[in-house]
Amino acid sequence: MMRAGMAAILSHWRRHPVQLAMLLAGLMLATALWTGVQAINAEARASYARAAAVLGQDRLERFVAEGAARFDQAAHVALRRAGWPVSPVLEGRIRAGGLRLTVLGVDPLTAPPQSGLAGLAAQGGFLRFITPPGEVLAHPVTAARLTEAALPGGPAIRAAEGVPEGTLIADIGIAQAMLDAPGQVSRLLIAAEVPAGLPDWREIAPGLVREAPEGAGDLARLTDSFHLNLTAFGLLAFAVGLFIVHAAVGLAFEERRGTFRTLRALGLPGGRLAALLAGELLLFAVVAGGAGVVLGWLIAAALLPDVAATLSGLYGAAVPGSVALRAEWVAAGLAIAVAGTLAAGAQALWRIARLPVLAPARPRAWAMAAAGGLRAQAAAAGALAVAAGALAVRGDGVVAGFALIGCLLLAAALALPVALHLALRAAAARVRGVLAEWFVADTRQQVPGLSLSLMALMLALAANVGVATMVASFRATFTGWLDQRLAAELYVTARSPDEGARLASFLAARAEAVLPIVSAEAVLDDAPGQVFGMADHATFRDAWPLIAAAPDVWDRVAAGTGVLVNEQLWRRAGLRLGDPLPLPGGALPVAGVYSDYGNPAGQAILGLADFDRRFPGLPHQAFAVRTADPAGVAEAVTAAFDLPPDRVLDQAAVKRFSLAVFERTFAVTGALNLLTLGVAAVALLASMVTLGAMRLPQLAPVWAAGLTRGRLAALEMARTLMLAALTAVLALPVGLALAWVLLAVVNVQAFGWRLPLHLFPGDWAVLFAAALAAAALAAALPVRRIARLAPADLLRVFAHER
Amino acid sequence: MLLDVDGLTKTFATAEGPVAVLRGVSFALDAGQSLALTGESGSGKSTLLHCVAGLEPFDGGAVRIGGADLAGMGEAARAALRRRTVGLVFQQFNLIPSLTAGANLAFQARLAGRHDPAFCAHLAARLGLSGLLDRYPEQLSGGQQQRVAIGRALAARPALLLADEPTGNLDETTGDAVMDLLLDGVAEAGAALLMVTHSMRLAARLGGRLHLAQGRIA
Ligand SMILES: Nc1ncnc2c1ncn2[C@@H]1O[C@H](COP(=O)(O)OP(=O)(O)O)[C@@H](O)[C@H]1O
Ligand SMILES: [Mg+2]
Repeated sequence: MMRAGMAAILSHWRRHPVQLAMLLAGLMLATALWTGVQAINAEARASYARAAAVLGQDRLERFVAEGAARFDQAAHVALRRAGWPVSPVLEGRIRAGGLRLTVLGVDPLTAPPQSGLAGLAAQGGFLRFITPPGEVLAHPVTAARLTEAALPGGPAIRAAEGVPEGTLIADIGIAQAMLDAPGQVSRLLIAAEVPAGLPDWREIAPGLVREAPEGAGDLARLTDSFHLNLTAFGLLAFAVGLFIVHAAVGLAFEERRGTFRTLRALGLPGGRLAALLAGELLLFAVVAGGAGVVLGWLIAAALLPDVAATLSGLYGAAVPGSVALRAEWVAAGLAIAVAGTLAAGAQALWRIARLPVLAPARPRAWAMAAAGGLRAQAAAAGALAVAAGALAVRGDGVVAGFALIGCLLLAAALALPVALHLALRAAAARVRGVLAEWFVADTRQQVPGLSLSLMALMLALAANVGVATMVASFRATFTGWLDQRLAAELYVTARSPDEGARLASFLAARAEAVLPIVSAEAVLDDAPGQVFGMADHATFRDAWPLIAAAPDVWDRVAAGTGVLVNEQLWRRAGLRLGDPLPLPGGALPVAGVYSDYGNPAGQAILGLADFDRRFPGLPHQAFAVRTADPAGVAEAVTAAFDLPPDRVLDQAAVKRFSLAVFERTFAVTGALNLLTLGVAAVALLASMVTLGAMRLPQLAPVWAAGLTRGRLAALEMARTLMLAALTAVLALPVGLALAWVLLAVVNVQAFGWRLPLHLFPGDWAVLFAAALAAAALAAALPVRRIARLAPADLLRVFAHER
Repeated sequence: MLLDVDGLTKTFATAEGPVAVLRGVSFALDAGQSLALTGESGSGKSTLLHCVAGLEPFDGGAVRIGGADLAGMGEAARAALRRRTVGLVFQQFNLIPSLTAGANLAFQARLAGRHDPAFCAHLAARLGLSGLLDRYPEQLSGGQQQRVAIGRALAARPALLLADEPTGNLDETTGDAVMDLLLDGVAEAGAALLMVTHSMRLAARLGGRLHLAQGRIA
């Protein structure tokens, strides 16, 4: 019985291959987008973990300086003399060959086991490793992208598996030279087994603190919000995909009522029947889910290079450009495909199991029942909107920001059928003409059946408007900000302190102003940050992008009686103007706040003289140059000092580089957005095919009364376009609200900066056209079907045998 | 001559090969006159009616309505003919589900550009529909739905009314009442009527009778 029943149920799909294809495609797309995002996240997280695990640092305790990023290596010597099993590490970042690299300086004799290092002694390369110019170990991919000349001091490069991408491991002496940190270390790693009876470290090295291992570390924390962002998009796409599955399952169940009735009459219990159907769904979920996982892998592989560029540009995190197949997201992808299918089919299964005798389809009754539900939907939408408002006012943290977005989007989705209902009711009262009246009445009848997919379309459109507005606002603000920030025409960096001094005097003779750029790593508000020294010059006084400032801000900074902080630090530490900011060498009152996009870390700017006092011995090696002839000066400098091109950058090049990072950041969200819109179009197609089966009795009388099939098809297209247009119009304010949340809440929480909202009506017009195009594409097949309906099919509506 | 059917042939292609349903049907119907079309189930009565209404294309012969031959017309011209000249009443599901009974009643007349609210109100009263005009089709009984369908066809003042077992789905009492209304209405409107029926009793009430057998008028 079960076998025969299964065969009867499955035979439906042989006769309706399009339906089957749609169901599988919906499931596959939904799973693919979700899995793709998960695969990207998993790849990135794995690379953070790899980076944290270098030298076993994720397991080892360490000594670090209290309130400073680095300290003198004398502490290391003292601790070792006292018998403490410690090994020094110097960590810093450099930019070379267009890459952002993390340099890890280690002592090869005492360093914890690390692949690559072990090989040195065996190959007799130990001496080469520690003797200038030294040798750096790099992942083969990183090694292939670097040339020796690109690195400061010109060390040899040796490829070594096991070194994370984007990381260079060097002898600590070599690293100190590369990072301009003579005699400095970042931390001392403590061996796993510390002998008993050692003297108290506090007395040997006062000023140090003992810390627990870092675990996944800074990068994971920094990039959390970025990954949360991707996850939210994946989830949205998945939800939109489930609309398709819901529509396709509903259709298949509706069309098989006859079969179900027969099976019930033959004695198959309702519960059994439901179980059979659940089994069928499960089969589909596994097949389509599997295909979706593979497609997701391809999507991830296509997007990962952009994601990797974003992560490295924004956070200095190196993520490899290829995606490995990982059990965690493969299993998760399949699981969510199954769970999603069952969730989307639950309603239909429930009805099959419960209703012993299946009533014939009554679309009008369905419409009226749905109208009754409208009030409840409106109430739910209102409640969610209130919750969103409360979160906007009270919420705190990235998670609250995303909860706010969730409430906002859900409220809008629930409100959509209500809004369409009201709009069509108003239209019904106004239209004149028999066809127009029928058109509106018929549309009203279709809306309940289409509303799920229209919701999907609205979510996709709103997400598009929101993200596009955020991106465009960001771009507008960012370019303006870059113009202010990069006021100098030329940026020149010397390779050594000595060359720096010569460079300064060389430039002074040829340019209007030569402004040193100096920086040091420091702990700001209990987190790693950077302190800059800034020369007192009109370049900065006139153009620096200050958000808030004391009236005499520049005089105070120049005099060393005030400090500038970036927006991130300002917001995170809750500073106000005049509040003291603890700094190495004593606190200073905050005199001004500047915007600093694209930098996740805190930053403070001191007057140059004050900086030199607080960080003695730091050479002036990098210079901002004001000149009317940047090309000429660049040429002269390059010729005189034989500097590589990445050390002599004109303003345009720096801007190009900075903008490129952001373009790639948003290429990812853009791609996800477009895919989501595509999924929404498929959802609309699915619903229209669903309704198509019920359309005949609605269209046949009108056809018989004297309308051609072509006319009916044209009206059907017009209806779909009208609904899509209404949906798009309603999606616009939702999208703008979303953009506001992204700019004013999520960005502030995730990155620490707030951006002004810019409006781009031109983009809206493009998106509106895209929505219509998506709807037209979705409607093309069902509309063509109407235009080509066989008269016999229409006539069957009126015949006895139905 | 309002309707002139001459040597009409129609063959359906089926999985088992071609089935010749109409094999040279000829008859004529004058304005204002009525004919019953009888025949066994499956003899092709509905098919003939559909061909006459321009709903189904046919293979050979001629169907002239008011002198114009359907054979030479495209879909648009045939649709226009249905809009203005022909009224249709089928066995069931005649009404547009998204419109109220009142809107259904006026639908055809408005399409034909012959809407007369007073006439519609008169028809509604005659058909006993006055209190039901705000209801949707699925809120009406089968007999009520058929009365709306008849009213809709008559309201457009067609020259030719084609009815395919209009009471076939109703019980006898209701069916008789609906039939009385149909015949009265047709007489009052002066339309010609071609009606498919199983019932000899009903056929006897019309002006003449055609019997379809073996694809021809016997
Ligand atoms: N679209 C069609 N395709 C194939 N055969 C058809 C089609 N429509 C009707 N027929 C066949 O044509 C014959 C006449 O049908 P019909 O005109 O409905 O008969 P009646 O109305 O006299 O009962 C039947 O054998 C029927 O099966
Ligand atoms: Mg028939």
